[in-house]
Amino acid sequence: KRGLYRKRRGLYREGLLSDDGFRLDGRRPREIRSLRMRLGLFPRADGSAYIEQGNTKVVALVYGPREVRGPRSRSAPDQAVLRCRFSLAPFSGPERRRPRGGEGRGSDLALRLQQSLEAAVLTHLYPRSQIDVYSDGSHCCTGTTAAALAVLDAGIPLRDVVCAGSAALAEGTALTDPNGAEEAAVGPGLALALLPASGLLALVQLSARVPCERLEPVMEAAADGCRELHRALDRELRRSLRERHGEV
Amino acid sequence: MAAVTMRLPVPRKPAVVRAPQGPEKHLVAPGDTITTDTGYMRGHGTYVEGDKLIASVAGVVERVNKLICVRALNTRYNGEVGDVVVGRITEVQQKRWKVETYSRLDSVLLLSSINLPGGELRRRSIEDELAMRDCLQEGDLISAEVQSIFTDGALSLHTRSLKYGKLSQGVLIQVSPSLVKRQKTHFHDLPCGASVILGNNGYIWIYPTSEQRDEETGGFVTNLEPVSMSDREVISRVRNCIVALVTHKLMLFDTSILYCYEASLPHQIKDILKPEVMEQIVLETQHRLLDLEG
Repeated sequence: KRGLYRKRRGLYREGLLSDDGFRLDGRRPREIRSLRMRLGLFPRADGSAYIEQGNTKVVALVYGPREVRGPRSRSAPDQAVLRCRFSLAPFSGPERRRPRGGEGRGSDLALRLQQSLEAAVLTHLYPRSQIDVYSDGSHCCTGTTAAALAVLDAGIPLRDVVCAGSAALAEGTALTDPNGAEEAAVGPGLALALLPASGLLALVQLSARVPCERLEPVMEAAADGCRELHRALDRELRRSLRERHGEV
Repeated sequence: MAAVTMRLPVPRKPAVVRAPQGPEKHLVAPGDTITTDTGYMRGHGTYVEGDKLIASVAGVVERVNKLICVRALNTRYNGEVGDVVVGRITEVQQKRWKVETYSRLDSVLLLSSINLPGGELRRRSIEDELAMRDCLQEGDLISAEVQSIFTDGALSLHTRSLKYGKLSQGVLIQVSPSLVKRQKTHFHDLPCGASVILGNNGYIWIYPTSEQRDEETGGFVTNLEPVSMSDREVISRVRNCIVALVTHKLMLFDTSILYCYEASLPHQIKDILKPEVMEQIVLETQHRLLDLEG
């Protein structure tokens, strides 16, 4: 496993950007990958969403608001409890791997998802209840966006549709929305969850060393990606809303 | 040999064409500013930030005088007093049952808001509390009416009428609550030989029509006599018709179910679920409904 990672690293280390300033997949540094999304795919869940960003594919499901399952002490008297799970499919990485225990509730990725959603979901409207969010895919940022859309599909009030995106620093240039190859080469950079309408940040996570003076452009690149993502999502969202409103 | 039909997924256009109703509806998504005018009042599905009124759910903006609400396209059931609901008992507690009604919290059925078996009217004693499980157990289905709503949004139910109570033999279908039309009565004895309870919470119960109603049981004794084959066929046909109506997002009420049932008669019961047959039946139903409206 290590070997493959190193090999990819070596392969892509040189030349992440061509002389003309294009990336490996032909994008410019500030461009995001192509986007597709669908709402309400699963009739049994209260809300569901599917997003495809480049080769990243994510499904998110929401159950609730509903009665708290398990011990009563878990419920909060003045707000709903958000319980998030984020799982990575065995076939979602460069190599097939067995799902490990550390991805369920309370894991690092699930906490990131929970933190981003808690900033947006108006939980105080549903006291004593519970909202379960399951997100399944290969990338946490896309997973967060999909989860927000699933919450929206469930008809649960949201401050804003959370848009999450990432950016990495390669050869001194900030790359918006890096794809798998780029992440393998320079490592994951900065993950960011944005509430686009108000411009508030729900989550910032820096998981690589970035020189201090470069931080600003990297963050700007990630935020740019989020806003671009929001524009694309908004268009899709309105189209699917019109379609579904025509039906009901 | 049983015949097997297989089909591949095909994109389908919505069969039911709706006439555009009135002016273009104002559709919003969370985070959209509805108005910056401070003269408006904040309703459901909105929140205020600064002097802006912002939508918090995706749906249609509705204005009533100064009040602005956003109605989400699909949500869980939001109960109202007087609604008829069908639900399942999830828990037996002291002096109360917990009932799952597709609401945001489990609903509550108090011991004091049921008719005791035997129809006695008196204070509920300790003995009644101990015998609660004899009336209703976990997993039982009941029909009830919403009596009141608690501050946290949970519903309090009652079954103080002979038409409510435990449900014995029949079929349950779960649909979106927005597809059940609000009517004067939600209990219908269809002329085809089956009865339906259209719960406002989107739970629909289909059962064989019975001739006599037991006056003394208080609605907690179940009739477990075998249902005849012909009744079962009618029930499954009604069930498939309701599934067809729901797939094409037509409102459910007695006339629409009856028309759909009549339109489905030339087909076999299991064929109703085939997409092309479903489409044909639903279209026919819709035309008859439109004729009815004039």
